[in-house]
Amino acid sequence: MVFLSGDRSRTRPLARFLRAGVAASWADVAAFLLLAATAVLIVRGAGEMSEPLARLRTTPVTLDPARLPEYALLTTLRMFAALGASLVFTFVVATLAAKNRKAELVIVPALDILQSVPILGFLTFTVTFFMGLFPGRQLGVECAAIFAIFTSQAWNMAFSFYQSLRTIPGDLDEVSRQFGFSPWRRFVRLELPFATPGLVWNVMMSMSGGWFFVVASEAITVGKTTIALPGIGSWLALAIDRQDMRAVAIGVAAMAVVILLYDQLVFRPIVAWADKFRFEQVASQDRPGSWVYDMVSRVRWLRFVSTVVGWPARKLAAVDWPVPRVSLRPVRLGAQTSRAIDLLWLAAVGVAVAAAVWFLWTFIARTLEWRDAAVAFGYGLATLTRVAVLIALTSLIWVPIGVWIGLRPAWAERLQPVAQFLAAFPANVLFPFVVVAIVALRADPNIWLSPLMVLGTQWYILFNVIAGATAIPGDLKEAAGIFGIRGWQWWRQVALPAVFPYYVTGAITASGGSWNASIVAEAVTWGDKHLEAAGLGSYIAKATAAGDYGRVALGVAVMSIFVIAFNRVLWRPMYRFAEQRLRLD
Amino acid sequence: MSVIDDHRLLDVRNVRHLYGKPGGTTQLVLDDVDLALFNNEIVGLLGRSGSGKSTLLRSIAGLIEPTSGEISFPAETASPTRVSMVFQSFALFPWLTVLENVEVGLEAKRVAPEVRRRRALAAIDLIGLDGFENAYPKELSGGMRQRVGLARALVVDPTILLMDEPFSALDVLTAETLRTDLLDLWCEGRMGIRSILMVTHNIEEAVLMCDRILVFSSNPGRIVAEIKVDLPQPRNRQNPAFRRLVDDIYARMTQRGAKDGRKDDGVFPGVGIGMVLPRVSTNTMAGLMETLAAKPFDGRADLPDLAEDLHYEADELFPIAETLQLLRFAELEGGDIRLTADARRYVDADVDARKQLFAQHLITYVPLAGHIRRVLDERPSHQAPGHRFRDELEDLMTEEEADQTLKAVINWARYAEAFAYDETADRFTLDDPG
Repeated sequence: MVFLSGDRSRTRPLARFLRAGVAASWADVAAFLLLAATAVLIVRGAGEMSEPLARLRTTPVTLDPARLPEYALLTTLRMFAALGASLVFTFVVATLAAKNRKAELVIVPALDILQSVPILGFLTFTVTFFMGLFPGRQLGVECAAIFAIFTSQAWNMAFSFYQSLRTIPGDLDEVSRQFGFSPWRRFVRLELPFATPGLVWNVMMSMSGGWFFVVASEAITVGKTTIALPGIGSWLALAIDRQDMRAVAIGVAAMAVVILLYDQLVFRPIVAWADKFRFEQVASQDRPGSWVYDMVSRVRWLRFVSTVVGWPARKLAAVDWPVPRVSLRPVRLGAQTSRAIDLLWLAAVGVAVAAAVWFLWTFIARTLEWRDAAVAFGYGLATLTRVAVLIALTSLIWVPIGVWIGLRPAWAERLQPVAQFLAAFPANVLFPFVVVAIVALRADPNIWLSPLMVLGTQWYILFNVIAGATAIPGDLKEAAGIFGIRGWQWWRQVALPAVFPYYVTGAITASGGSWNASIVAEAVTWGDKHLEAAGLGSYIAKATAAGDYGRVALGVAVMSIFVIAFNRVLWRPMYRFAEQRLRLD
Repeated sequence: MSVIDDHRLLDVRNVRHLYGKPGGTTQLVLDDVDLALFNNEIVGLLGRSGSGKSTLLRSIAGLIEPTSGEISFPAETASPTRVSMVFQSFALFPWLTVLENVEVGLEAKRVAPEVRRRRALAAIDLIGLDGFENAYPKELSGGMRQRVGLARALVVDPTILLMDEPFSALDVLTAETLRTDLLDLWCEGRMGIRSILMVTHNIEEAVLMCDRILVFSSNPGRIVAEIKVDLPQPRNRQNPAFRRLVDDIYARMTQRGAKDGRKDDGVFPGVGIGMVLPRVSTNTMAGLMETLAAKPFDGRADLPDLAEDLHYEADELFPIAETLQLLRFAELEGGDIRLTADARRYVDADVDARKQLFAQHLITYVPLAGHIRRVLDERPSHQAPGHRFRDELEDLMTEEEADQTLKAVINWARYAEAFAYDETADRFTLDDPG
């Protein structure tokens, strides 16, 4: 999935987009192959351990409203467990990439690909793998669900942290070095604070993706195994299975309450708090507000509570880790030696890539034929058409509306949070309503299932366009007014160029999310009725249900190639154009 | 003023520094620099931007390792010499309060929290920041921020205080207040430091504050003059001796080309089309010529007076004056600038005649402009891709310098309508489509 920072004032979220050319680099190809091979390895491992899976029994989920709060809590806990894992991953991997050039060579292209491939397709592999790891116990399934959410969250967070580490201001770096900061002190005093605003924004985007996943991963059928972890996702799956519209509605309402609470109680306070880490020398005019944050900082006993809660973090930050006795000063190598080591490292990566190619080849050749690849590619074109048409349609609808809203501050202020809320809301819980309608009207699923793909992702376009229109400078609007620029000329020369950079950011996110959503949107169920649209998403979904690992792998690989190609050929040039020609600051 | 004793605190010997990777394009920024710092003195490193003075300061601070040469601190007692640094950009952590920012250096040294707090508060008190302890940097004015930078540098008890253009990011009045406050503290010996080494490009600032001034030449950076300032503190800018010294330094800083025997072209590094040109707006050039042509200057001015009159720093004025010299619109000599006859014609002319005259001078005297024009003239299509010239320049200078030089020439040529450039297509053309 592509989730990008919207904190335009500081992070340049697509810096990598700009630097790299349109053509896939060798590093990307190598990383792609290595990742694919690793994925297949995990599947093989899972396949060998599949025996105990059949014996797995989990506590049945019931449609009892009294248990819904408990389910909601469990779902939320899974989210936060995954978030914790993602943060740990972020700190370790991104730091490694930023500090070690050789690690960077592999990690950065890998992250770049992982954040644009359809993670939902990997669900099959991860579920089977973790269930095999803890056979017969709920823990394995829990881990699988958490890991699935993790895979939807970690990459863009790591990427954002890596970019922050690479853009630490030179003077602050010099101060830290001049005062001889230990690595730990440098981390807590310089690197972490500097990266916080970008990281918080990416955590928010990750959470939006995460809700989608938690719903999709709690109830999943892989081959003969059906898992239903207690949670909102399973509640919905059961409600769909029983064709219980009332239960679906209750589940959707519960989800809405959970997201609203999370947004107000957790996320907004964190954004308001993170504002102090914004790297700016002048206090900005519009600072993010949060009534919870204000309350905590104003009410004395709440402040005391927050002090107590924050105590471990502060203690940890103040720890002086003992300096290792052995001096870790880097050994100074001659230019030739270091070049030789570089070559060795490159050779090692090369050998790994060659092994990955061979391994993938033997794996695919054993189970699949060339015809399968052609079929998957054909389905890919079908899904590509859907994504392209839908993004174009939603753009036509939401760009004018977004501009209209953005130019009216009173409206923008009220509607912007709504759009963000809608983007965070997992659209898959809304699918049943649409499916019921299609079934009742006997509409063609090939066409009418498609809108489901953008149901949740279109809001990224809306809220980015609103932000862009809000940011049009007053003098520009006044100049347009004085010279009587209106109608099509106004759109062509004022509004569209001004919101374009924002629109591209939103559209990239929306298109990445839509590809991912296609896996759950192209094949849907309502009780015993199965609706299917021909496309790569339903191809993967069907292969998953049948436990056909080879086809799942093929489908995911083809989809990854489509997404990456789509990014490189369409979005990247557009983004570069926007950055170079249409920036207003 | 306290007496400078001859105890050495710092020894810099034969320091050379090369930027760039060995094997690739390298640039010599410091060439064979020797420097000693003694007890009880303020030494100024004065030079143009790009003269390597900041590189030298950072080498002394231990932030960069010079390519060759030696930097040593001959300590007289058991306690080693400590250096601390004040930055031009203040370099404060925006997420830490004033107090936390001041404490940060002590924290890194693992000083106990109570001691840390006490010493930080003392430094804050000394530097005049009381009452701001809990403020965040973004709430402070520039002057107050640099006071935090100063307190943070002093709190770690340095022997030598290094300052990298500490006042150049401040407005004139604030900078003056800070200079005076710092000098007062220094003269009263309340900061506990033994010596100050400061980098500046402001000539008056150097004469006002320093006991010794080392003048740097650019490309490569070398110490070309050492000037002792014997005026007693506090110094008065209007004092004739002060003015004479400032004039003298201006003259030294503009005479480099003359010494090399390439009087007119020699001011910018590089020869021919390889000359690294500054980005100076044609409006600024026209404005300077008009100012010089009018009263009270009547075509001739003393550079320090001119700088004061226009509220320009020497470093801002030099590139403009030197660009005019390159275009043969002015001559620089002995710290004076004199308009040429062509410049007077330019000032009196109307817009189109001005453009024609400027184009003529541009093509004739700026080698790169002449080169581009010739290439465009020779080609039947009268077009040339931008990379053709960029590649050529990058063989002669660094990538950034090539970019800057090309942009400078493009802007001058656009004004003069000598040739046109389409940025989207990265293409030079002879005729302006407009």
